[in-house]
Amino acid sequence: MILVVDMNFKKDSLGFSEFVLPIVAIVEELDECVVRHYSELRQEDLSNCSRIILSGTALKDNTTLNQTEKFEWIKDYDKPILGICAGMQTTGLVFGSRLKKCLEIGMTQITTLMANPLFSSSFKAYALHNYSVQPSPEFDVLAESGKCVQAIKHKQKDIYGVLFHPEVRNKEVIQHFIHAL
Amino acid sequence: MRLGVLFSGGKDSTLALHKASEKEEVVCLITLVSQNKESFMFHTPNIDITSLQAEAMGLPLIQKVTEGKPEEELKDLEEAIAQAVKAYKIEGVVSGAVESVYQSERIQRVCSRLGVWCFNPLWKRNQKALLEEIVAKGFKVIISGIFAYPLDRSWLGKEIDKELIEKLVFLGKEFGLSPSGEGGEIETTVLDAPLFKKKIEVLDYETEANGNSGVFRIKRARLTAK
Repeated sequence: MILVVDMNFKKDSLGFSEFVLPIVAIVEELDECVVRHYSELRQEDLSNCSRIILSGTALKDNTTLNQTEKFEWIKDYDKPILGICAGMQTTGLVFGSRLKKCLEIGMTQITTLMANPLFSSSFKAYALHNYSVQPSPEFDVLAESGKCVQAIKHKQKDIYGVLFHPEVRNKEVIQHFIHAL
Repeated sequence: MRLGVLFSGGKDSTLALHKASEKEEVVCLITLVSQNKESFMFHTPNIDITSLQAEAMGLPLIQKVTEGKPEEELKDLEEAIAQAVKAYKIEGVVSGAVESVYQSERIQRVCSRLGVWCFNPLWKRNQKALLEEIVAKGFKVIISGIFAYPLDRSWLGKEIDKELIEKLVFLGKEFGLSPSGEGGEIETTVLDAPLFKKKIEVLDYETEANGNSGVFRIKRARLTAK
């Protein structure tokens, strides 16, 4: 079972159908899926799933970036995690990374820097972010655009972050996260 | 949150409005009236009907005419949204974008420049499911434009119901049409919806078709009791 964490500014928000449901649609083709808003995550949700996807949010929604204390559980978690956009930014902050201003909207050229199970080579992806991550030493940089870091991986754990939105134009990234890890 | 809805009068923007009003406060509609029939951003038949639709919902409407030149029309969109920010104190914008990255990224950029939220509640939705939701919710939607083979004049003015959805899905499989018209294959006009306090009655219309391209143009319409 895959746990999709709704990272939007409030539960049942107008961003839910835009940023969570498209991920759920991709996951449900491959596995069972359960959705929780980040503010209502329970220990049993974390225990019962095989891996976790943290959703993105609207461009103006920086709520989780100011609530990183609610994501301290990531540090001790030992199953795979994929953070998308705000999910990557929040994950990075939990491990001491910094945010770096980087506005990108629309189809963006991504270049893979390090071999990984989620994607390869050069490809176009849908970007919608005000910030990228300046990763702390715990992370490798997997990909970048011409402007900023686009994907990271924790060096010791299966914790991935992608700044672009694979649920929009690169759904194989989510499929590989479910199947290849 | 006070929201303005980018409103074309078709099924997607009306459903997006419906969903936005369930979660937040919709305070105005914003319509770009494009004079360019080829515009990928804003063109739709019966755009003038939006004023009647707005009246039916009791919502103020900001209508802005644009020449519809690519990219320049975005300045007109930005001005219209800025006007809504000033006049109705909107904090965000809602669009009915489903699949079009072209439309969505341009609206997102305009909203980013203006510092307002942008929501796309239909984003990436299954197209058949979208059509079924429209019917299930009691929308009365007619096909007001056809722009692809094998659609012809006989489709113009038809109401979207379960039977028509099945036909559209069949054509999707056989001819690669997008069932809900995401590729611009069909355009629609909403005559009634749950948020309408009155419904629209078409008093006079004309159809204009040339092969697989045509429009159902409403010439006269009025609001009547539901």
